Amino acid sequence: MKQLMLGNAAVARGCYEAGAKVISSYPGTPSTEITENAVKYEEIYCEWAPNEKVGAEVAIGAAIAGARAMTCCKHVGLNVMADPVFTASYTGVNGGLVIAVADDPGMHSSQNEQDSRHYAKASKIMMLEPSDSSECKEFTKLAFELSEKFDTPVFLRLTTRVSHSQSLVELCERDECGLKDYEKNPAKYVMMPGNAIKRHVDVENRMRALQEYAEAAEINTVEDNGAKIGIITAGITYCYAKEALGSNANYLKLGMAYPMPVKLIKDFAAKCNKIYVLEELDPFIEEHCKANGIEVIGKEAFTLLGEYSVNMIKKVILGEEEASVASEPIPVRPPVMCAGCPHRGTFYVLKKLGLTVSGDIGCYTLGAAAPLNAIDTTICMGASVSAAHGMAKARGEEFSKKLVSVIGDSTFMHSGITGLIDIVYNKGINTVLILDNSITGMTGHQDNPTTGKTIRGEATKQVDLELLCKAVGIDSVRIADPFDVKNFEKVVKEETEKNEPSVIIAQRPCALLKTVKYTGRCKITDKCKNCKMCLKAGCPAITVKDGKPVIDATQCNGCTLCMNICPFDAIEKEEA
Amino acid sequence: MDTKSIMIVGVGGQGTLLASRILGNAVISEGYDVKVSEVHGMSQRGGSVVTYVRYGKKVNSPIIDKGGADIILAFELLEALRALPFLKKGGKIIVNDQQIDPMPVIIGACEYPQDIENKLKENADTTVVNALTLAKQAGNMKAVNVVLIGVMAKNTDIPYEVWKETITKTVPEKFLEVNLKAFDLGYNS
Repeated sequence: MKQLMLGNAAVARGCYEAGAKVISSYPGTPSTEITENAVKYEEIYCEWAPNEKVGAEVAIGAAIAGARAMTCCKHVGLNVMADPVFTASYTGVNGGLVIAVADDPGMHSSQNEQDSRHYAKASKIMMLEPSDSSECKEFTKLAFELSEKFDTPVFLRLTTRVSHSQSLVELCERDECGLKDYEKNPAKYVMMPGNAIKRHVDVENRMRALQEYAEAAEINTVEDNGAKIGIITAGITYCYAKEALGSNANYLKLGMAYPMPVKLIKDFAAKCNKIYVLEELDPFIEEHCKANGIEVIGKEAFTLLGEYSVNMIKKVILGEEEASVASEPIPVRPPVMCAGCPHRGTFYVLKKLGLTVSGDIGCYTLGAAAPLNAIDTTICMGASVSAAHGMAKARGEEFSKKLVSVIGDSTFMHSGITGLIDIVYNKGINTVLILDNSITGMTGHQDNPTTGKTIRGEATKQVDLELLCKAVGIDSVRIADPFDVKNFEKVVKEETEKNEPSVIIAQRPCALLKTVKYTGRCKITDKCKNCKMCLKAGCPAITVKDGKPVIDATQCNGCTLCMNICPFDAIEKEEA
Repeated sequence: MDTKSIMIVGVGGQGTLLASRILGNAVISEGYDVKVSEVHGMSQRGGSVVTYVRYGKKVNSPIIDKGGADIILAFELLEALRALPFLKKGGKIIVNDQQIDPMPVIIGACEYPQDIENKLKENADTTVVNALTLAKQAGNMKAVNVVLIGVMAKNTDIPYEVWKETITKTVPEKFLEVNLKAFDLGYNS
């Protein structure tokens, strides 16, 4: 029986059916659900790693040891793991190794729109690209096979719409392929110059073999409808093209994003009058075609920005426009921190104190939005700490005393600790706020080394953030509750004024955790003087009706932060 | 049958994902090909959320474009208005009459549009539902999503029993009674 499955769940299923034994990943939208779904299969050892580099190294080690292994990440996670991945291209594998990377065209949940196909070319690693859930499963299985056949890691490239769309998948049994023999083989696995020079030769030979494979690969499919228009495409864009053009075009769908065939494309092109390359983000296929003298229309007619759509393809290729009601300008609805979010207290105070805030990646990035407007910079995971160190070194001590970093517990584990070590080692006096909400929030509640639980919910050793900061040389580490607004403000003032580096652990769990039980609703009483201080916290439950603040009972969870902010004790708690 | 396109819109946290899951499972048990598309991550934090469900003999794109939706199921008024350009000519809107102010309205940067119900009715066959009252009647304010699924169910050719079975399979047992009641209240409204 066919099952309706998320693309990411289908990748996990493919992993299971392929007999994979080890998965190690760091969460990142839109890739997170692969690892979360793999947990359902007891046969697969799954873990959350502290960051993508560690995840990739765990998977590489498992593969060298003879198991089929996988690591999953979002596009920017691939930057973090690039170091081991490029060299794993040289060592090759023993058991199959698959690296699933999910791009985010349109930036639904990301800080940039990079195209990870360039990594395949740069690292000389083959890349497969499925277009729906069924292919997600099949391509994952194929990726393991090809990995072992060609002795190479294999990228599985997804995009948000493939990862987060559900379509039908036919389930199969698991192939219990077991472990391959492990033998010590320094010439293959010890990548020092003498060995690596020889392995590079193997890599180039492998590229030639893969190139040949691409010419006849079953996942590069031609659909000849006898049409004049030819479409060369891959992934989700294939689905859009089929929807838009149906049998009015011939299709060459490249299931292999890298390396790409040459003869196959030339033969396809020869049968069409006009060839379009349809691909989101960069002109990867297009440049390959043009470099091989194949005339195609690509980015000159389409866009480098965001996602493609059915209507866009219809308009450009057929000149047809869909009739629809004209859209009028209406208020946008940007994401906000949830009612009861612990970060709201933190940013309320930071804004009040007028500090420069070096931000990071997580739910708390939303502290940059109105009305809090509290964050100055957000670059990548960990940068809140190290970039603030740079700011302080550039502008001096006085500036440093008006500057803080904010970073979540999981992000601090990911790559914040190294920046903190830099601050201590190089005599910075920065103040770093670790926003410890006891979970990895934005990606949907994953455990991490600070939560005391593994991915399977088993109890484990918990990293003690206070001791950790002290161990790297921070003498002033304080723990404060961001909902105790007055005390929190006092602590921030005291720590930023110090002539030494300091850490404040802002401790309060995410309001969406099952263990957090706020009850009742807050209500504004007739003591209200309409000063609107409560609105400054940017709580989605507090709005304005007839010129006065009111609390929406359907949104409020009774967290009481607003009661702590109100200067007139005009907010009361009503128990449900 | 032509591919049918249903768009579910609302505010992150309103339970649109569960609604699309129920709808998706109901249509496969009828033997259709189906694709469901949702976006996870940042927008789930109180932002505009959109889910697409498309079913028929063979579905290619999981996404619905402007002018492509047969039905828009809106959990909130402003989100219904935002989704209006996605409605096909002759399509139907089912909208919950709830108003949730987005942050730009809360902070006074702009105003919540007036008279959305009439704007919708001018442009489309519109059914306005007081889902919150019905959900409370069913026993839980959070069952708004299943009330709305109930209203929508009546506008599809999928039999009543299939919906009931699907909800039974999809919803945790603890909340089943409330949800089945909520569905009926929506279906019979």
